[in-house]
Amino acid sequence: MSTAMPPLRPANGHAATLPAEKRDDIVVDCHIRELYYGSFKAVRDTEIPIRKNSITAFIGPSGCGKSTVLRCLNRMNDLVRGFRFEGHVRYRGRDIYAHGIDPVAVRRFIGMVFQQPNPFATSIFNNVAFGLRLNGFKGDRADKVEKALRAAALWDEVKDKLNKSGLSLSGGQQQRLCIARAIATEPEVLLMDEPCSALDPIATRRIEELMTELSQKFTIAIVTHNLQQAQRVADYTGFLYVDTTQGGRTGYLVEFNHSKHLFEDPQHPHTQQYIRGEFS
Amino acid sequence: MATNVVERNLAGVEDPFAGVDFSHLERSLRRPRTLIDALLNLATAALTMLALVPLFSVVVMLLWRGGKRLSIAALTSLPPGPLEAGGGFGNAIVGTTVMVAVAILFSVPFGILTAVYLAQSNNKVAEVVRFCAKLLTGFPSILAGVFAYGAVVLATGGFSSLAGAVALSVLMLPTVILTSEDAIRMVPSRMKEAAIGMGATTAQTVWMVLLPTAIPGILTGVMLAVARAAGETAPLIFTALFSNYWLWQHGQMKLMQPTASLAVLIYNFAGMPFKNQVELAWAAALVLVLMVLCANLAGQALSARQVQR
Amino acid sequence: MSSAAPVAEFPTSSPLFDARAGEVTQAPSRGQRIFDAVFRKTCHTFAWLTILLVGFIVARITAAAIPAIHTLGLGFVTGRVWDANAGTYGILAQIWGTIYTSVLALMLGSIFGVAAAIFLSEGFLSAAVFGALKKFNLHLKPVTLRLPDQLERLLKELIELLAAIPSVVYGLWGIFVVIPLIRPWCNWLHAQMGWVPFFSTDLSGPGVLPAVLVLAIMILPTVTAISRDALVSVPPKIRMAAYGLGATRWESLFAVILPAASRGIFGGIVLAFGRALGETMALAMLVGNSNQIKLSLFSPANTLAALLANNFPEAGPKEVGILMYAALVLLAITLVVNVAGAFILHRAALMQSE
Repeated sequence: MSTAMPPLRPANGHAATLPAEKRDDIVVDCHIRELYYGSFKAVRDTEIPIRKNSITAFIGPSGCGKSTVLRCLNRMNDLVRGFRFEGHVRYRGRDIYAHGIDPVAVRRFIGMVFQQPNPFATSIFNNVAFGLRLNGFKGDRADKVEKALRAAALWDEVKDKLNKSGLSLSGGQQQRLCIARAIATEPEVLLMDEPCSALDPIATRRIEELMTELSQKFTIAIVTHNLQQAQRVADYTGFLYVDTTQGGRTGYLVEFNHSKHLFEDPQHPHTQQYIRGEFS
Repeated sequence: MATNVVERNLAGVEDPFAGVDFSHLERSLRRPRTLIDALLNLATAALTMLALVPLFSVVVMLLWRGGKRLSIAALTSLPPGPLEAGGGFGNAIVGTTVMVAVAILFSVPFGILTAVYLAQSNNKVAEVVRFCAKLLTGFPSILAGVFAYGAVVLATGGFSSLAGAVALSVLMLPTVILTSEDAIRMVPSRMKEAAIGMGATTAQTVWMVLLPTAIPGILTGVMLAVARAAGETAPLIFTALFSNYWLWQHGQMKLMQPTASLAVLIYNFAGMPFKNQVELAWAAALVLVLMVLCANLAGQALSARQVQR
Repeated sequence: MSSAAPVAEFPTSSPLFDARAGEVTQAPSRGQRIFDAVFRKTCHTFAWLTILLVGFIVARITAAAIPAIHTLGLGFVTGRVWDANAGTYGILAQIWGTIYTSVLALMLGSIFGVAAAIFLSEGFLSAAVFGALKKFNLHLKPVTLRLPDQLERLLKELIELLAAIPSVVYGLWGIFVVIPLIRPWCNWLHAQMGWVPFFSTDLSGPGVLPAVLVLAIMILPTVTAISRDALVSVPPKIRMAAYGLGATRWESLFAVILPAASRGIFGGIVLAFGRALGETMALAMLVGNSNQIKLSLFSPANTLAALLANNFPEAGPKEVGILMYAALVLLAITLVVNVAGAFILHRAALMQSE
């Protein structure tokens, strides 16, 4: 097969911006040199290492390309016409944009939760079992579904109505259903694209707690426009900003650090201004 | 300027509206523009109602003349010969059903697979295919018959229900393609994104998400196509021709024999000088219209279940 | 499959998840990959087959017509006589009949169809019903609140129902209802005003007028549906502007709304013309199948589609070729009209979206 992968080796340290830390626990090593949609340069010079069992948040003003960067990590951008990419994204040391890599396979190991809750128009059970069927899982589906729903803190609310349509749930429940659907197959990495932006504060709180719990098992990358959320849940935070000097609106990474350092002691003036709320 | 006018109004010095007769605000048919408006309203109402008169006339005639002759015997017997009493059109009901069913077998898989391609692509090929499908919708039904005559009757050496089914499927195909494409495109793109984001292959996305979600809309299109095909006569006259016998003979299906259909039976019997045949034509028309209406209603009921974007 | 195997083990385990990483999640299996590739290829193939089918239909009819085209040439299209015994074949009378009946039916069907479209799209009916209910102070009762809209929808569905009735049923209805009904009136007109070319013969049974009446009914739903779409898609702000200036409903309709929707309505009428040209059964049953070129509305005539329907079942090999030639002429005429209609509607949609 063309996708036969080389044996596992430590990622070679493109993404090392943090001092005194092991580099071999980097699961996804993202290095975007340039990213275009057609002739529009959307992102440049963004290097983000995503570490095992941690939560990495991408923050920045709207239009800075943080969702675009996230969607690069499991090749969702392949669906966009005119998408072109310079650089590499290494998942466990293998470049997922290398020739011969199947994006479908990549997405099975790097799952995704979207901004809008997007359950399928089928029962709650079938929604969660979707990934199991996708992967041709032969074992006890009911058991896996229950575990995923428990992990997504949704089991108690839906255990009596697993045959009801997923669309009948409330917005917060739908989003937790989508999380359950994403984790049921136990991917290694979970990408979350503003998972709480369509939810009320209580539902948001529950999802945040959930993320913290899930980070024991999964590696999570999250895009958020909510600074407090990044501060509350993320171990690492990257700040992206828009560069308008060359005429376009090109996003780039300004600063990446432990959340604690980034929020308490931002180095770059842009980051300082953004955290102080001087622009959005 | 403006403030000046207001001030003077308030002061009562000069009121520009002083001479206006405000009784004109009342609606009056004496004024020409109001009268013309009302007359045109009436005219469109009358024209619309007049357009519906034929519908009521057809329905009344079908129920009256067709209902009179309709019986179990008429539904289950073979067509009568000239000057023969009794008889019916059982074989024609079977023939229409079988030909439409075979046409569904041809056109539905063909149409849905094409629609899947169209719904996923926005390239030149898709545009040409869509254009061809639209051309086929406006294609005279008799030319579908001419095509089936040339492609099947001449090739197999005889009139057959297979040739009739081929002609009908050519007529059904564009409806199936265009409505299925619409139904698949109506599936919210975030559902498709969710499936792809989990690592579904294209085929898995189509089979596990797009088609199950779009199925009510697709079935609506199929039922509309069935309704159209069941009532078609022109493509059958010289492909399936007609037969006075059952399609099912001596324990086997005679798919390669001339076959009766309700539509052709109505056409043949309507032109005959015999009272019995004309009565049977009306009864067969009633049955045919009921079949077509059932297909239409089923389609509409299904379309109500389509998931909205 | 080596590529489908788990990528690596890692030691983390939480009480909720006991599986190793990669135990559930797999790269697509060989079967899934093959099915995906085959399925995509199949869809692509069928899309191409649709194009090929249209090409094949045209090619099949053309190929079958070629011998006749060679022997008869263009004289076929200009000849007025169709006499199989004498071996003379010309379809000018049929072409004339096809276009004459279609144009007349189109005039009649468009007047009624566009009127119905205006009536159904401008809220006349619901306004009238609401007004009537208000007179009796019933307009806000739960039962009657929705009545105006329901009535309008019912009327729209009834018009659509006109299209659902098979043409052979219209033919049957034409023979036994329309012809007996109009015959005395037509013959009276002929007796009184026989000098007018349109009334120069009497109606002895089947003829142009009954065929035109039935054809008009059959194309009316097409005109109504497309015109209604065009009227409904006129932007509300244009309407508001006219009403806001104090125009009456019809003043704004004539001055603003109809001009804005005119392309869509015209496209619908052209498509309906295509339908009328290709319609077979109602004409074969009602037009009289007589090859003559006359202006009279009451004389029998013939159309291309009716010619095909009547002659194909008993045609010998030589005649089949000639009929295929006639079918090719019909195909060419309808193709031109349909492409023109589709093109006009396409342009109308583009104008609308700008």
